[in-house]
Amino acid sequence: MVTASMRDSFISTADQLLSERQDTAVVLADIGVSQFREAGVLDRHPDRILNVGIREQLQVSFAAGLAKEGIRPIVHTYAPFLVERPYEQIKLDFGHQGVTGVFISVGASYDSTVSGRTHQAPEDVALMATLPDWQIHVPGHADEAAQLILSAANSEHSSYVRLSEESNSSGRSVNTGKMSVEKRGSGGAPVVVAVGPKLDPTLEAVANMDVTVLYATTVRPFDTDTLRSVAGQNVVLIEPYLEGTSAQEVSAALSDTPHRLLSIGVQRKELRNYGTIADHNAAHGLDPASLRERITRFIDNGRA
Amino acid sequence: MQSTRNTPAAYGYDDLQRLMTLMTGDEKHSTSATSTLDVVWTLYDTVLNVSSEAPDDPERDRFLLSKGHGPMAYYAVLAAKGFIPIEQLSDFGQFNSPLGYHPDANLIPGVEIASGSLGHGLPIATGVASALRLKGQQKPRVFCLIGDAELDEGSNHEAIALAGRLQLENLTAIVIDNRSSTHAWPGGIAARLEVEGWSSATVNGRDHEDIKSGLEQPHPAQPHVVVAQVEEK
Repeated sequence: MVTASMRDSFISTADQLLSERQDTAVVLADIGVSQFREAGVLDRHPDRILNVGIREQLQVSFAAGLAKEGIRPIVHTYAPFLVERPYEQIKLDFGHQGVTGVFISVGASYDSTVSGRTHQAPEDVALMATLPDWQIHVPGHADEAAQLILSAANSEHSSYVRLSEESNSSGRSVNTGKMSVEKRGSGGAPVVVAVGPKLDPTLEAVANMDVTVLYATTVRPFDTDTLRSVAGQNVVLIEPYLEGTSAQEVSAALSDTPHRLLSIGVQRKELRNYGTIADHNAAHGLDPASLRERITRFIDNGRA
Repeated sequence: MQSTRNTPAAYGYDDLQRLMTLMTGDEKHSTSATSTLDVVWTLYDTVLNVSSEAPDDPERDRFLLSKGHGPMAYYAVLAAKGFIPIEQLSDFGQFNSPLGYHPDANLIPGVEIASGSLGHGLPIATGVASALRLKGQQKPRVFCLIGDAELDEGSNHEAIALAGRLQLENLTAIVIDNRSSTHAWPGGIAARLEVEGWSSATVNGRDHEDIKSGLEQPHPAQPHVVVAQVEEK
């Protein structure tokens, strides 16, 4: 059996939403059109899948215009073109205008390794996190993507859902906004927070270690309560995008207690290599062996 | 309804300079400060189906001021037409005033968009016009006012192309042309939009009858642009 990708999950979930809610519309900028067509969704909802062509600034502003008129826009394209290129449009035409929508990206971090830097945006979550009142979801599996997209679309908030090619082997039942405890260590044991598709490599990395592992599929708002309920002195944050993106959230959550924090993620460097996702994970220290080595050194009071 | 709202009929075009003076303190205003004044007045006085009594009426016309710079003329017209209490004008720019140097739709009744950063209004307007079509609303029209220099922003051209292709008949752009664009092709605004499938009219931006005539020119199955020429900046 072929496992559905997060993108497949998005297409079918969008189909469901378009059928259930007449006030939704999908706004595309060429990317994704063929997938919607091949799945028959374009034929089922020809009026509410709106393709503006390769015009991402317009894509965002156009969607804001729909939202102003009471239509819930689902805006979808490749991460760098959805977040970075039209960033001012997101900030002003949604946030400042006071309207909301659901933004769903594909092409997370280095999903498309062979495409090079032009198609990579590990900065996406950090950028979206600068904007007030946006919820940010990072599913780790196609099943979670469907749950989070439905939850985002049926809320009144603006949401950014980051879909990726990387996936954990199985999906969890998501309680939107809450982290789950995937492995419980002894009292005061180091806490490792794994975000989205970094759960499987994290669990492999900490096998046989006395740590608590929390799993997050929503990083904004950050689930402070769950972190505080288990946090010991040492916290490790493992994110599949720019390293340190949620470090300030952890610091703020634990500001009343002495703690150490190791933030792991995609490093801030211009990596001029192609190859595979596994190659890039290794280059950024995000493969299980590198993670284990860094976490061990950190727990042993070293600088990791 | 706030009791401080003035009676729209009590204020006319001749009052606008005085209303602007309440904001600026200047007895006379430069032509660049008033470049939009006659177009905005004509829109609110004779063209737009809007009312300060029901600023959120779903069947109203939508007026999106994209060129948010120098909004005194806009505020003066909104005050004259009862959307803004006159006494608010003198607090222009104060911390608790709803009237900033760029308008904020969340603070002023009847203002459709917050503007200031150039090149946002027309792209939003294409979405609004498309949404009205999608919802089957035939009556409301969408007007978007931009500046000739604002057209330098590439985002406008993404919207111009789409509006032409979608044949957004319910959309009218008004370009205030005071020749302030750097590297513009002289007289090229109407020609450029026509290439993208728009109808056009070029009018004297100080002549109210001419402005009205340009705005009311039929444009079946096409978006429409009115180039309103005013004094060079």
